[in-house]
Amino acid sequence: MRLEPREHTPLAARLLAPVAAVAAALALCALLVAWTGAPVLRAYGLLLEGAAGSRFALTETLTRATPLILTGLAAAVAFRAKLWNIGAEGQLYMGALAAVVLGGGMLDLPAWLLLPTVMIAGAAAGGATLLGPAVLKVRFGVDEVVTTLLLNFIVLLLVSMLLEGALKDPMGMGWPQSAPVVEAAELPKLVERTRLHTGLLVALGLSALLWLIDTRTIWGYENRAVGANPRAAAFAGMPVTRVMLRTALLSGGLAGLAGVIEVCGLKGYLTLDLSPGFGYSGIVVAMLAQLHPVGVVGAAVFIAGIFVGADAMSRAMPVPNYIADVLVAASLLCMLVAGLLTRYRLRRG
Amino acid sequence: MELFQTILDILVSAAFWTAVLRIATPYILGTLGELLCERAGVLNLGIEGIMTLGAMAGWMAVYQGADLWTGVLVAALCGGLMGLLHATLTVPLGLSQHVAGIGVTLLGTSLSYFVYRLVLPQASTPPTVEPFQPLDLPGALAQTPMTYMALILVGVVAYVLYRTPVGLAVRMVGENPAAAEAQGLSVTAVRVGAVVAGSALMALAGAFLTLSAFNAFFFNMVNGRGWICIALVVFASWRPGKALLGAVLFAAFDALQLRLQQVAGGVLPYQLFLMMPYLLSILALVLVARRASYPRALMIPYRKGER
Amino acid sequence: MTSPPIVLRLSGITKRFGPLVANDSISLTLYEGEVLALLGENGAGKTTLMNILFGHYVADEGSIEAFGQPLPPGSPRAALAAGIGMVHQHFTLADNLSVLDNVAVGTEPLWRPRSDRAAAKAKLLDLARRFGLEVRPDAPVGDLSVGERQRVEILKALYRDARVLILDEPTAVLTPQESASLFDTLRRLTADGLAVVFISHKMNEVFAASDTVAVLRGGRLVATRRTAATDREELAELMVGRALKPPTPAPLEPGEPVLTLSGVTVGSGHGRPLLDAVDLTVRRRQIVGIAGVSGNGQTALAELVSGLIHPESGTMALKGEAIGSAGPAEMVRRGVARIPEDRHAAGLVGAMAVWENLIAERYHDRAFQRFGLIRRGAARAYAEEVIAAFDVRCPGPDARTQLLSGGNMQKLILGRTLAHGPDLILASQPTRGLDVGAVSYVHGRLLEARAAGAGVLLISEDLDEILALADGITVAYHGRLTPVLPHGRVSVRQLGLLMAGHWEILPEIVDAA
Repeated sequence: MRLEPREHTPLAARLLAPVAAVAAALALCALLVAWTGAPVLRAYGLLLEGAAGSRFALTETLTRATPLILTGLAAAVAFRAKLWNIGAEGQLYMGALAAVVLGGGMLDLPAWLLLPTVMIAGAAAGGATLLGPAVLKVRFGVDEVVTTLLLNFIVLLLVSMLLEGALKDPMGMGWPQSAPVVEAAELPKLVERTRLHTGLLVALGLSALLWLIDTRTIWGYENRAVGANPRAAAFAGMPVTRVMLRTALLSGGLAGLAGVIEVCGLKGYLTLDLSPGFGYSGIVVAMLAQLHPVGVVGAAVFIAGIFVGADAMSRAMPVPNYIADVLVAASLLCMLVAGLLTRYRLRRG
Repeated sequence: MELFQTILDILVSAAFWTAVLRIATPYILGTLGELLCERAGVLNLGIEGIMTLGAMAGWMAVYQGADLWTGVLVAALCGGLMGLLHATLTVPLGLSQHVAGIGVTLLGTSLSYFVYRLVLPQASTPPTVEPFQPLDLPGALAQTPMTYMALILVGVVAYVLYRTPVGLAVRMVGENPAAAEAQGLSVTAVRVGAVVAGSALMALAGAFLTLSAFNAFFFNMVNGRGWICIALVVFASWRPGKALLGAVLFAAFDALQLRLQQVAGGVLPYQLFLMMPYLLSILALVLVARRASYPRALMIPYRKGER
Repeated sequence: MTSPPIVLRLSGITKRFGPLVANDSISLTLYEGEVLALLGENGAGKTTLMNILFGHYVADEGSIEAFGQPLPPGSPRAALAAGIGMVHQHFTLADNLSVLDNVAVGTEPLWRPRSDRAAAKAKLLDLARRFGLEVRPDAPVGDLSVGERQRVEILKALYRDARVLILDEPTAVLTPQESASLFDTLRRLTADGLAVVFISHKMNEVFAASDTVAVLRGGRLVATRRTAATDREELAELMVGRALKPPTPAPLEPGEPVLTLSGVTVGSGHGRPLLDAVDLTVRRRQIVGIAGVSGNGQTALAELVSGLIHPESGTMALKGEAIGSAGPAEMVRRGVARIPEDRHAAGLVGAMAVWENLIAERYHDRAFQRFGLIRRGAARAYAEEVIAAFDVRCPGPDARTQLLSGGNMQKLILGRTLAHGPDLILASQPTRGLDVGAVSYVHGRLLEARAAGAGVLLISEDLDEILALADGITVAYHGRLTPVLPHGRVSVRQLGLLMAGHWEILPEIVDAA
């Protein structure tokens, strides 16, 4: 058996690939569920119900999807430029840090000014965090995978240090958490009496905007060329280094914004468990979406649904909620294979 | 000056070097494993997850009544299986080594947590096992058998790579797979073999944590050690001897910061000390990146007969 | 008269790549002690056939017999075991490993606990002595010259006791003198009872080295002849299927200089500089050819004129104006048309559409963008024009570029770069790997541009191409360039000597000219 490149990929195949991948992942994880002794169909039924079975479940899923859209976009724009940003987790915390510093009462501004300021600052913090590894990559040829990964740990330690020191909430009963952001820095709710907030609209808007930039502007044109063949792009006269750094700022900025939005829209203050791995899940989101900015939205909602649904399921039966993480990882690996099959066909001989 | 004296005192104590070798062991094993994969041309970012799985599986086997060495073997087998997964995706299928590796790490980690929680649903304090004991030797030689195993493995890997036909084959597929194919070698078989063996070594690094350094399995216990191993491979220029040197140097810094933390803990936040290993790894990468001579075919998938 | 034993028999080999039939029912027989030349244009199917023989590809139909035994398809290992060795056009050597490692890899049982390096070294040195192929076993391959690497490749095959040796375009990278010495080696091998197949598209090599010649055209075997019983005219016609009309550039009066390099040095950081105090002038209506074995500074020269690297010392001037460190975009703006050496890696973005590649050098133009928004309609319309003007065969401007054939990719690059009336054209290996039709198209376009007033800097490893097109020739060796020698005043033998570094003959050539 060998692989032969396809001349072109039908759109249906591209749309079907993630569906097939998810189905395969669900089938594989059914073995694990069965191992726990729980009835598989009922478990998956509970998962679906927990993710989308009620208005509350749906808003919970969308709330969870909001940061995932942003980290998914962060991974998608970076991966398209072959900038392997695995540090969205750290960039997210840097954004959140900026949010609680500036939004915690330091700036006395009206809401219409404070919110954008905090968002831009958070995005800048996240972007700056990725700029470091990107500069090391273009300047010294240091592999960005390892540096961005290591930075995740450094940032978390920095946050921990600040939460036990300078940023510690005096009213926090001794817990390592920051003081809450002021009311003017809070994102309005989208649906009353739920946790769903307007951060979702920001994420959706950015996904559409990135798609437009990608297809309609010379920025997007340069990004695609540099991502697909940096040598040819440089030969044609495109500013490859600048495109790389620009992509780093954008990718890190999106992840930083995810941190801001989690703080200002949902939590209100910063703790060390602000993100249950949104940065890493963002990679899965981006891959399921085949790095397409609009596809990211669908993929993020799906992944969020898995997490929210698995929590509900694990409350009802003896299946540890880590099944969600296994499902997500399996989806990523299956998606890789499915994506390959849209680009190649299997041939005998 | 006082700090200098403190550091000197630390450096000459036998207890310090005992700690260094203990801290170095998982880095030695993990770096050797990653080195083997990369020498064959495959980046294995699954290392963090494979180490976690090795830690969990080895411990779980012993907790379920197996003896310690059986636990080590179970860990190696689980690691090898994860390696087989990574190799299947990246070698015959030629998928992105970056993304596949991240996927393997996510899978290894989540699978470990899932199984651990499934077997021990409500353990508030993690249950323990009786771990490997240090050998009854003087000074820094008082290490557990797994540390000695790691040191011996450095020699074994170096010997295999440079003195045996199969080692030459591994180096060849990492440098120029087409040349290896033209000499009648199966690039796929050699690469898959190297990744499986390398991944088994990574899992041993994880098992050392639960069966030798500690006696229980904790969540997040690998804590970035795998990523540091990847940096150490670059630092070591893909050579086993230098990998040992790098791991020991790194461990020495780590042990030093632990001691200094005890001495200067009141003055500086402990997080600053904990950051040191990560910062050090980045610094090491920057220093060697310019003159690093990568295996030429690293991260480049090879598809036979593709034009 | 009894013919020598048959060593190899190919029967009815057919191989398709998608819609393309690369080999169409080819049957061939090879005898012991014989040198068989496989002659054909690029794309005739020679390399595909040999790759099937050696097991890199699997034939769709047909079978192979080696020494009377059927050869299992698709296995280089089986081919090696049957005594078939292959020297690829692009050497398959690992630069970071030693000569001995490269030769010995895969020859011992994989699980032997220790490599017997002493025995391997002795065997290698013995072979080297017997066939006059001098090598240094412990040197890293990366340090060797091209000729030395080829010797290592041949030794690799001999080391495995090959009885049949396949050489794919072995002379493409050699000087004429090195080629002659290679042919000597082949004689020594056949005298020892080996059979040799060598692939070539050059007529003179066929007559210099072969006993039998098989001609391929468009994937079919069109004829097999005893070399002694045929002549150039017959072979040329068999090969091309029609009479060849080589381009005959009419001499033109060169105009003012468009490119002037004076004392340009590049890459002096580590060891020998890539370009070492180079002087060169290219004038309007003039084609200057850079001859030389690859790796003697041609790549650096091309990158310099492309704007990718900049002089460390010395100056580069375009149309009399010194340019400091102008990048590729600035070079394009100043009227330099650049045809890169590697069209796949550096010329085009395969994953993007044809129209996107066509505007890649001038997407900042007001014609193609407003306020940073791409004017897709205008860009597509422009692409349609270029596609028509340069005869690019593709489904349309939206086609993905990587689906185009090599010749059409090159036309795309020509269209992108020549459509704007350039003053200077940098053509790096402009016809490498193209079929005969595309080659003459490219040559025609270059000559046209020259007539229109452009200066052309032609860098080519193919000496025949330089001799066919250039008005003046300079030879690159170790990063230095000889003065430009007028075409017609320098012989092929002299060029060969210059390419091998024998610059002591320069005064006599310059004096004679």
